Amino acid sequence: MESLNPVSLQRSDIEKIAHLARLAIAEEDIPRYARELSNILQMVEQMNGVDTRTVVPMAHPMEAGQRLRSDQVTETDQREQFQAIAPQVEAGLYLVPKVIE
Amino acid sequence: MHNRTLAELARALRNKECSSVELTRHFLGRIGQLDGRLNSFITVCEEQALAAAAAADQRLQQGEAGALTGIPFAHKDIFCTQGIKTSCGSKMLDSFIAPYDATVVSRLKTAGAVMLGKTNMDEFAMGSSNETSFYGAVNNPWDTAAVPGGSSGGSAAAVAARLTPGASGTDTGGSIRQPAALCGVTGIKPTYGRVSRYGMIAFASSLDQGGPMARTAEDCALLLGAMAGFDPRDSTSVEQAVPDYSADLNNNIAGLKIGLPKEYFGEGLDPMVTSVIETAIDEFKKQGAEVVEVSLPNTALAVPTYYVVAPAEASSNLARYDGVRFGHRCDEPRDLMDMYKRSRGEGFGAEVKRRIMIGTYVLSAGYYDAYYLKAQQLRQLISQDFKEAFNTVDVIMGPATPTTAFNLGEKVDDPVTMYLSDIYTIAVNLAGLPGMSVPAGFVGKRPVGLQLIGNYFDEARLLNVAHRYQQATDWHARCPEGFE
Repeated sequence: MESLNPVSLQRSDIEKIAHLARLAIAEEDIPRYARELSNILQMVEQMNGVDTRTVVPMAHPMEAGQRLRSDQVTETDQREQFQAIAPQVEAGLYLVPKVIE
Repeated sequence: MHNRTLAELARALRNKECSSVELTRHFLGRIGQLDGRLNSFITVCEEQALAAAAAADQRLQQGEAGALTGIPFAHKDIFCTQGIKTSCGSKMLDSFIAPYDATVVSRLKTAGAVMLGKTNMDEFAMGSSNETSFYGAVNNPWDTAAVPGGSSGGSAAAVAARLTPGASGTDTGGSIRQPAALCGVTGIKPTYGRVSRYGMIAFASSLDQGGPMARTAEDCALLLGAMAGFDPRDSTSVEQAVPDYSADLNNNIAGLKIGLPKEYFGEGLDPMVTSVIETAIDEFKKQGAEVVEVSLPNTALAVPTYYVVAPAEASSNLARYDGVRFGHRCDEPRDLMDMYKRSRGEGFGAEVKRRIMIGTYVLSAGYYDAYYLKAQQLRQLISQDFKEAFNTVDVIMGPATPTTAFNLGEKVDDPVTMYLSDIYTIAVNLAGLPGMSVPAGFVGKRPVGLQLIGNYFDEARLLNVAHRYQQATDWHARCPEGFE
């Protein structure tokens, strides 16, 4: 897809995006989000004024690749410390609502 | 004591003119007395600070002091601090006690700095006014009707009001330089990869970079020297030796070639700011620098490009806040999906939600090429503009912001207008270059920041150039009324 039509997001678009983003948003806020996100995306459309077909996308400012480390255990077990800040744990496990009926 | 710079305080400590405990008590006292007007701190760690100060005094007594031993300091609340609340300005992390220290925090601890507390900020560093913080807006000490800028608004306000000699900040699109400019303090965003991002809560990982904020370039040189360096725990950390940033501060700048990008002096720039910047440039000419015009033709594309790259990366980074392992969880979730949605819906504020949704949209199936890939191509062009400019000049200068601080509430309902206040800072992050803001004067009561942009890893030169300017001017030494 090389160019986009002017974006004007509808209520259904906002509901879909919010679902994909796993965000509960209040019903009455949907028109405001539709307006604000459309404005942002319209501003972003200025990007289409430039032909970039021959431009290599920039992955890193200094063209550095991903540094790798040797496959060795470097972290010690800190489960208790990490679980101390969890919303709900039991017997060393994180508790969430039932996922399998 | 608070009127001395960080470097002066470091000398006073080594000469035993005062102790770290005295200094720490003094700044804690100022925070207690004056921060009610500013709201620049989210957390004050009195007990830990006094304990660290006592330990520092012992090292000072034993002659084992480093450059920062005993110096009070504040961290932006985006840096994880073991055993101390790390909120990132968000309800999502209101109860989050970090289980480990960020590398920046541990490096400053090792250097002997004493943490006074954690400073206020825009929620998850998303904002240019500090108004998106869950803990309330911060007032600009120069004019309490004005914003301090953001996202490192608490750090900038606290340094300007002399509640701390220095503070850490982070800069994803201008979040060190813009608040430094609006609060009349000195701040440097280093080259991408210079300072470790480990334990610095992620916003947009290809842009985020931590750095110091203080009153002077000399102070920033000391702080950056302690913060910078290779960290195997950050895969984007650069394996390159850290120069002694203080060593070259006094170098002569005669013959320095300064480029002024014509795009930074065009439409949208407040003429009063232009005149302050021109006066500042004249000072460099007086010191023998040569000033030429350069062009960064893709400047206008920086904001649109940023508002694809940053939200896209944010939507991915913030996916970790799911209410399972840490952070806010909603009451009585019906099922897992309900828990995710309500925990996130309740935990994030409006600006964070906007950016997550923009990011989710531009990364959704079928849109990748049109948005993220396109933005990464434009990023290449923006970066090329700087490369070409640096073929002919040593440093680029211009305004840090198009206007002085705007009023609280003025732009909060208009995200796009708010985004445009970062028009001169954003391109630097997209290119990964180092940039600085230095106090250069005032329009009325409100400060103006001069931006210095350097080539990759040229922080020492930026600090040198800024220091020479501060030797000849006293804008950085001015103190807001009521905070003397």
